[in-house]
This record gives sequence, C-alpha cells and structure tokens, in this order.
Amino acid sequence: MNFLTDHLLTWILFIPTVGAALLLFVPGGKVKFIRIASLVISVLPLLLTLYLWSLYQSPDQAGTFRFEENYPWFTAINSSYHLGIDGVSLAMLLLTTILTPLAILTSFNIKERVKAFMILFLVLETGMLGVFMALDLLLFFVFWEIGLVPMYFLINQWGGEKRNYASLKFILFTMGGSLGLLLAIQMIGVISGTFDLVTITQSWPALNEGVMFGIPVATVKAVAFWAFIIAFAIKVPVWPFHTWLPDAHTEAPTGGSMILAGVLLKLGAYGFIRLVLPLFPQESARFAGWLAALATAAIVFGALAAAAQKDFKRLVAYSSINHMGFVVLGIAAAAWAAASTNPAIRESAVIALNGSVLQMFNHGLSAAGMFFLVGVIYDRAHTRKLEDFGGLYAILPIYGSILIFTSMASLGLPGLNGFVSEFMIVRGVWPIFTLWIALGMIGLLFTGVYVLKALTLTLHGPLNEKWSGKLSEINLRELWVIVPLMVLMLSIGLWPSWILNLINSTVMTWF
Amino acid sequence: MSINSLLWLIPVPPLVGFILIALIAYRSNRASHSIALLGAGLSFLASMAVVIKAVATHDLGSDPFTSSINWLPTGATWLRIGVLADPLTTVMLFFVAITILMIFIYSIGYHNYGQPVGKHDRPGLPPEGAEVTEHGKVHKVPSIEPMYAKFFALLSLFAFAMYLLVVSDSLLMLYIGWEIMGFCSYFLIGFWYGKESARKAGIKAFITTRIGDVFMLLGMVALYSATGTLNFHDIFSNHETMEMLAGTVSPVFGWNWSTLIGILLFCGTIGKSAQFPLHVWLPDAMEGPTPVSAMIHAATMVSAGVYMSIRVFPIMSAGWEPGGALTTPMVVMAAIGTFTALFTSTIALAQNDIKRVLAYSTISQLGYMLAALGIGAYVAAVFHLMTHAFFKALLFLASGSVIHGMEHGVLHTGKHIDPQDMRNMGGLRKKMPATFWTFLAGGLALSGFPIITAGFWSKDEILSGAFASHQVLIFVVLAVSALFTAFYTARQLTLVFLGNPRTTAAEHASESKKVMTLPLVVLSIFAIAIGWVGIPKAFPVLGKLSPAWFQDFVGSMLAYEVHEEAHSYIPLLVSILVSLGGLLLGWLVYRKYNTAEERDPLHKSLGGVFTFLQNKYKVDELYQKVFIDPSLWIADKVVYQFLDLKIIDGFLHGVAAISVWLGNLLRYKFDVPVVNGGGDGLAKTTRGTGWLLHKQQTGKVQQYLTISIGITVIAGLIILMLVISV
Repeated sequence: MNFLTDHLLTWILFIPTVGAALLLFVPGGKVKFIRIASLVISVLPLLLTLYLWSLYQSPDQAGTFRFEENYPWFTAINSSYHLGIDGVSLAMLLLTTILTPLAILTSFNIKERVKAFMILFLVLETGMLGVFMALDLLLFFVFWEIGLVPMYFLINQWGGEKRNYASLKFILFTMGGSLGLLLAIQMIGVISGTFDLVTITQSWPALNEGVMFGIPVATVKAVAFWAFIIAFAIKVPVWPFHTWLPDAHTEAPTGGSMILAGVLLKLGAYGFIRLVLPLFPQESARFAGWLAALATAAIVFGALAAAAQKDFKRLVAYSSINHMGFVVLGIAAAAWAAASTNPAIRESAVIALNGSVLQMFNHGLSAAGMFFLVGVIYDRAHTRKLEDFGGLYAILPIYGSILIFTSMASLGLPGLNGFVSEFMIVRGVWPIFTLWIALGMIGLLFTGVYVLKALTLTLHGPLNEKWSGKLSEINLRELWVIVPLMVLMLSIGLWPSWILNLINSTVMTWF
Repeated sequence: MSINSLLWLIPVPPLVGFILIALIAYRSNRASHSIALLGAGLSFLASMAVVIKAVATHDLGSDPFTSSINWLPTGATWLRIGVLADPLTTVMLFFVAITILMIFIYSIGYHNYGQPVGKHDRPGLPPEGAEVTEHGKVHKVPSIEPMYAKFFALLSLFAFAMYLLVVSDSLLMLYIGWEIMGFCSYFLIGFWYGKESARKAGIKAFITTRIGDVFMLLGMVALYSATGTLNFHDIFSNHETMEMLAGTVSPVFGWNWSTLIGILLFCGTIGKSAQFPLHVWLPDAMEGPTPVSAMIHAATMVSAGVYMSIRVFPIMSAGWEPGGALTTPMVVMAAIGTFTALFTSTIALAQNDIKRVLAYSTISQLGYMLAALGIGAYVAAVFHLMTHAFFKALLFLASGSVIHGMEHGVLHTGKHIDPQDMRNMGGLRKKMPATFWTFLAGGLALSGFPIITAGFWSKDEILSGAFASHQVLIFVVLAVSALFTAFYTARQLTLVFLGNPRTTAAEHASESKKVMTLPLVVLSIFAIAIGWVGIPKAFPVLGKLSPAWFQDFVGSMLAYEVHEEAHSYIPLLVSILVSLGGLLLGWLVYRKYNTAEERDPLHKSLGGVFTFLQNKYKVDELYQKVFIDPSLWIADKVVYQFLDLKIIDGFLHGVAAISVWLGNLLRYKFDVPVVNGGGDGLAKTTRGTGWLLHKQQTGKVQQYLTISIGITVIAGLIILMLVISV
C-alpha cells in the first residue's frame, strides 16, 4: 500500500500510458474488448484521484505542494522528474480524470480503427495529467507537447469534412506558441541553473539586475514573459488568437471535442496561474490591464460570434471562447492585485481567482456536456445545421430536457454551476477592472441570445416533418455519459463549497 | 418546529414536487397534479404558520426571524445565505402562498383534466379538442393538454423559485430565485413551443429581462464589494455602512455609491416588472397558458421586481429624510413608474385581446407601485403590491375561464373565430354567472371602486401620498391613468359580459367547472376585503373604526417614523371621481357596441391615434430596427465574417501562403539545383506538417505511436542541444 500512496501521482499519471501500451498487443479486430478495456483503464486514474483527494485533506500533507515526487531526470541540465499538486491542480486532475472515461464512453460509437483511437486517447490523458502535476519546467513542456500530438491525429483521422485544414491549423497554431514557450523555458532554466519550479519561483522574480547574453535582464524577462503569455493565450484561447478553436472543435470527433474543450483549453489557463503569476509578478501586474482588455474582447466577441453561427457545433465552440474569457479576466484581476497592499483589493483577487479556477472546472463540465449533446443529435440526423432542425422536443422529450438543462448550466443560470463561478469572477473583478467587467456584461447578455438561439432552432418551433419517426431517443450508454455531468453541474450550483473549499484553501495562501 | 427552520422548509415541497414529477410521475397525469398540489399545499400551510406567528410578534421590523449558513468560501471569510421573516416577507408570503395555491387548483380544470385525449393533439401545441359519441351523435369536446404533467412540473419549479426569493435574507439568494423564475417564465410562456408566436415570445421575455438582470448583477457585486455582504439586515441596520454608501463617491458619473447601486439594482426591476423601456415582453408573454399569465404576470414574478426595489429601498433612499429632496434613484423610480403607468394605460384602451388588456393594465399598476416608492410612500407601495396581486390574479384566471367558455362555444359551433377577442364575446354574464361576478369583483378592484374594493384603498393611499408630498405632476398623471384604468375596465366588462352575444360561439359558451370557479371565488373575497386591513386612520368615519393595522405593521420596517399627514379631501375626491367617472364613461361608450365587425367607438372618435395605440406606439418595430437588427448584423457581419474570417484568418492564411512560397523558392532555386535534392525537408516542413503526415496516415497505430514518441524525443534532443550550445 505504501508503494501506492508514496507514488500516487505517478500511478495516476502513467496508468493510461501503460494501459495503452498493453492495448498494442490486443488484435485490432476485438473491438468490443478494446472499448471496455480502455474504459476500465481510464476509470482507474479517476478512482485513484478520488483516493488522492481523500488523502489531501489529512494534516500530515502540509506544505505548498503535496504528494511530491522528485527524482533526477536530465542531470546534465538539472532537470528532474518533479511532481506535486496543490488544490488548484487537484481540481484540474479531477476534471481530467472525470472527463476522460466519459469521453471514451462517448467514443464507443467510433467504428474505424478503434484500437488506434483508444490508444491515442489514453496517451492524451497522460499528457494532460502531466501538465497539471509537473513541478519542473522542462517536464511541464514535455507533457504540454505530448497532449498536442494525439489530439492532432484524433482530429485528422476521425474528424469531420474539413479535418485536414482544422488539424493543421490546430497544430501549427499551438506549435507556434510552444516555440516561444520552449525558448523562454530554456532561458529561465539556463539563468537559474535548474528547471525546478519551486526553486525558480523563489529566485526568478527577485532577479532584476545584471546582464545576460549582453542584454539587460529586465529585457530578457520581458521577452520570456511575452513568450509565456502568447503560448498560453493561444491555448486558452484569448482573443485574437482564437480562430483555431472553432475549426478544431467543430471538426474533431465528439469525444475529442469533449476533451479539447473540457481539458485542453484549461492547460492554457493553468499555465497562467501556475507559471506566469508566480514567475512574473511585476510584469503581470503591469500588463494585467491589457490582458483584461483582451479577455473582455474574448467575452464579448466570442458571444457575438456564437450568436452568428448557423452550425450547432460551431456555436458551442464559440461559446467556449466566451466562457474562457471570464477565466482570463479573473486571472488578470488577480495579477493586478498581487501588486496591491490594499486588503480589500487582495480579498477581491482571491474571489476572482477562486472564480476563475471554478469556472475552468465548470466550463469543463458544461462544454463537454454540450459537445456531447451536439454529437448525440449529429449521430442520428447527420447534420449540424441549426435550421435543419426544429420542433424536436416533441419527438425527443428526454434528450430535449437534458439539452435544456446543460444549456442553462452553460448560460449561467443560478442553481447550476456556471452561475457560481461567473458571479465570483464578476464580484472579484469589479473593484479592479470596473470598466472591463461592465463591458463584459454585453457578453453575458449575448450568452443568453446564442443559447436560446440554439435551443429554439433545435427543440422549439414547428416540427420539421422530415425527422418525424426518424430520430431515436437518447440511449442508455449516452445517459451514462451525460447524467454524471448533470449531477456535478447541479451539485456545484447548489452547494459549491465541496469543490471550492479545495480551490480556496490554495488560492488564499497566494494573497 | 421553530419558525426559522420552518422558513427554510417553505420552498422545499414544490422543488421536491418538480423533481418527482420530472423523474418519476410524469407518466401519470393524476399523480403529477397530486404531487404538485401537495407541494403547493404544504408550502401554503408552512407560509401561513409563519404569517400567523409573525403577525403576533412584536418588534418584528427591528428584530426579525432569521437564520443563515455558510455557502461560498471567499478567502478567509464566507458568503452566507439564509432566510428571513420580517413584516415585508410576511406580507409577501401571505399573498404569494394564497395565489399560488389557487393557480395550481385552477390549472387542473384549465388543462382539461378528465377530458378525453384528442386524436390530433400533440406536444407543443394547444389541444384542439376530441370527438366523442353521445346518444349516437358525434360532437366535439375539449381535450386534455398533451403536456399536462410537464406543465405541473414547471409550475412547481416556478413556485419553488418564488418562495426562495421571498424567504431569502440576502440579495444573492433572491437573485437565484429571480433567475430561476426567469427561466421558468421563458419556458412556460413558450409552453406551446410548436407555435411560432409562442417560441418568439419566450425568447423575448428572457432576453428583455436579462438586460435588466445584467445591470442588477453589477449592482449586486458593487454592493457586495462595498459592504462585504449581501445580507439585507446586516447592511440596512448598520448605520456606518449606510453612511459610507451615501457619503462616498463612486467612479461612475460622480454618483455616490448608494445612487449607483440603487440605479443598477432598479434596472433589474425595470426588466422584471416590465417597466418602460423594457415593458415590451409582457404583453407578448400572453402566449402562455392562462394560469401562467396569472402566475407570472400578476401574482408572483412581476411582483418580485417591485418587491426587490422595496427591499433595497433603504439603499435607494440613503440620505433622504421624509419631506426632504428625493435622492437620484428615487427620482428615477418615480419618473419611470409614473410614465409607465400612464403610457401603458393608454395602450390598454385600444386592445381587443382580453388578456392583453390585462397585461397592459398590470404594467400600468406596477408603475403605480414604483411611483409610490419613488416618492417615499413605502407602505402604500407594499399595500398596492398585495391588493394588486389578488385582484389581478383573479382577473387573469377569470379571463381564462371566459376563454375556456368561448373555446367551448367554438368547438360546439365549429366556426373558427378567435376566442380571446373581446369583440367576439358579449352577453356572457348569463352564460357564465360565476365567472361574471368574480370578474366584476376583480374589475371593480382594479378600477378602484370606492370603499368596497381593495384596489380603492391601496390606490387612494398612493394618490394621497403623492398629494401629501406635493408631487403635483405625479399626482395628476396618476389620477389620469386611474381614469383610463377605470375606462378600459368598463370597456372590457361591457364588451365581454353585457349586451347580447355577438357570435354564435358566445351564444354557446358555457360556465367552467367548479375546479376553476372555486379559486375565482376565493380570490374575489380577497380582492374585495383585503383592503380593509389598511384603512387609514384619518379617513372620514371609517377611519375611526379602523386600527390601520397594515400601516403599523409594514411601517415598522422603516428607520424613520411615518407621520400621518393631515388628511386632505382632494385626493380622496379625485380618486372617487376618476374611478366612478371612468367606469360610467366606459359603459356609456361601449354599451351600444352590437356586432363584432363594427368599428370600435374610440376608433371612430380618435381615428389614427387609436390605431397608433393599438400598435403599442410602434415600440416593438422601433426596437427591432434600432437594437435587434443592428446587433445581429454586428454579430454576424462585423465580428464573425469580418474580424474572424477576414482579418484574423486572412492574416493567418497570408502567413501560410508566404511560407509556402518561401519554401518553394528555397526548394527550386536552392535545394534542387544546389543541394541536388539532398535535403528538401525545409520546403515540406513549412508547407505543413499536414502534408507530410498525410503520407503517414496509413492507419497503423504503431506508426502513430512511433511518430508521437519520435516527436517527443526530437523535442528533447533539441532542448539538449540548445542547452549544451549555450
């Protein structure tokens, strides 16, 4: 048992990869077995993460990071295999391990090359989990890239009509960001003599004088800062780096879209919280206003563009830009407030950042749910065009009610999860960026417009007679995917403290 | 059980009812409405227990029942939610519980429980009727609503949200109930979603109220940021906080915080209570089934808007002393309320749909309440809120009964006429006596018929409040609107019930079942009698007998003493005059209206003005042109097509094209001739990994994995090289 608890993070991290490696030896024709096996493999990290969570509360796990594992890795460059988590990363681990089995269950409808699909999916999970656990910059980068490659293949091989364009755009865009990220990590590593995040967090922000490669340190830091910002801004994505998202999300297979929206976007936001804020406190505070402006642009333009969509899936994709804008706005407020000594402002920053992390979690649930539901209707109707539907509520009452429920969570209806995090972000940002949050209200209004547009055109109105008797109601397997998500959405909406306590306990130590 | 725990329990039964119906009971209509009724009944009993206890408690205003729990962790502190019962809550609970229960009972009959299933009925469309054979003859009878169970589920959820809002001790939980109600109203207005008009009306209601809500959200976070809490009692009873709000300047327009917060919150009321300029959603919301109209547009949801303003009145009036100059939020409130009262009462004059008249009258009456609140007549506003809830719920339900009777006639005759158009009615008092007498009670209360109706006492209280505070303009405008109110009420009563039937459908209309008329009778008792709890002491003769209980009870909410102004006879005489005059005039003008095709008598005398009123001043068309079309155009053409597709993607595609061009250049001008095809990787790489990978897409998983791992290894090598070279 000790062996398990001492290396709990490693277990969680590599079970999917090991499972994927084992699947390699299964003949590709045994489709049913492969599906079940992948599901079981992906459930194991979830169970272990729940176990991790139960241990996390115990008092002997004190310190900033818990469950740390630290072994030399690239000794030549002082990079180590250093894992560890705090409340924020644990929340993200939960999100990842919850969504992956659900996405795999969704992907049971994949009929071609099932084995390859499932293996890629499991490798993808390791990549995502690694980013949330890594406490070494180089390790962080490696996992960051590992997450990228399987997703490229998932889109490119199992995607929709324009999958080549979408996957290429996705990988080039993200690679473009990664390039700067890699260089910045190199610089930091070389200057600090280590890649260990905990050590660097103590030394790097204080480093303000001196010359490096013949360039003043301040300039070097500014370059590194912007490299980080751009890499993460692309991933989130922040306006105007967002145009890869609608294409990639729309063309990806349903399970891929769920993970893409549910987890991969969070990697960017997590990067802001884990790397940018601690490593560049002064620069963050100085440029927070700009970041807030871009986040507001994402909120407003994301909602407006979503309202203009005619394709259901694209509409949902644009809604992600809108929702992730709130995450970044909360982070920007926290970045600004870190330089302030006013206790009221610092309290607002805690609320804003709590809201941001919770919004990451919430968006993971609702976006995954929405993409899933779009997938359900696409599987049956083979179209995603909103105007092709109409009046489906009369023939699909259960599906319709679930769609309404999930849409309302996405819209931020109080009583469901989205409201809690949006309320916290609006509250936290208000005293810091009053103007931006006020403008963000336009986005909130248009969230209502596009959500109702989608509901209205699919479910309401006169029944489009061509579907009469053609569409079957949501099936049991699909219910197993969506019901857990609905339960989570409702439970956070009614009683947010069960997850928020975890986040809050970490965030409040930063201010 | 203590009152505090009882307060927590009040909203629970309808919520449980909703869940049970939605998950289990929906297959059985009987089980569904039984569960819904049980839920509403339990909440009713709990509410009444609280009301009885609260009324008997001394100093409830300064020392209310309250209890709260931690809800949201915010750093080292918590945001708490909880329940509260003070005099205002008590009044709300009283009328909300009664009206909700009556509406639930009425809905059973309205949706034709016990009737056969129609052959052509389907979910999303109103039932069209079923054919039955009796004594060898086939005839058409009303059929049961296909989504009967769903209706009761949603109604229960709605009731839950309203109770939640009422018992809340903080703005946060109030907002939660407020928004859930908004969602339910969207859904219930669009209940017959198969109708194009219903689906549009639902969206319109949701989006229009959401405009108010986003401002309200800002007001809420501003209040929370400034005071560190959203609890009503904590904020209002803390003098330091109130002085800080009234004395500190906010960053907006140089207003102080209480002004800014007050106005932002009031925007929520404008949306929810359908005040000008956001009034447009409410008349369209008549697309919903009639019990919904009663619930949303009379008894509960629109009242919630006014209730919220009353609740936060201490902030809006911070720094104001009775008799002193009004604060900015109060001026705004009085101006919007007064204008709306007049504006919409004129529109009501020209409507032909029985429910639309009531809808505009609701907006107008809500304007009265806000005008009263704006000039500081706090008690009068609460009083009118209560009496209005009773008589307007009564009117809506009675109008539903009329429509039901007319539909019966339409089915019987088989002639397709609009059963809601008042011009097609006439003479219904003989066919539907119970509906007529109860409708009459409601109509008289609405027009403020002197002494015997509740509406008179509350409206008189508002008019005398305006007069006593020397707001001459407001007084005059409200008096004129009261005249119009009485006039259109008389018009409605005359067109619907008096004279002779103008269509065969009206001739064959029949009285509704007991399950529908019984709630009407209960509500009409309150529409008459509830006003007597608030007869002012200064009123001639009756005042001597009256304890003026209501004024004392609700007045204890206020931080200041309410001075009984010397009672003047002018407002009293005016309110009697406009009420009786309007009723008489309306009857005189419309009693000769004999055929459905005839032009409206007002149309003859007013001409184009009448048409303009009938078209609601063309506000809808204006909004469509000025707000809706442009914003959709911006969303599509500017943000999506131009910014995203043209500018951003255009730039990206440009970069890609240049890379490809560069790659080709290097390849054919340098690589091929110079290196002789030795390394043509560069061009291919820039051309896109996709092209390269395309060749690898043979579907073999081993290959993908090799590539995945390969890329990782290469990345690692690059890192190593970079590091070593430095």
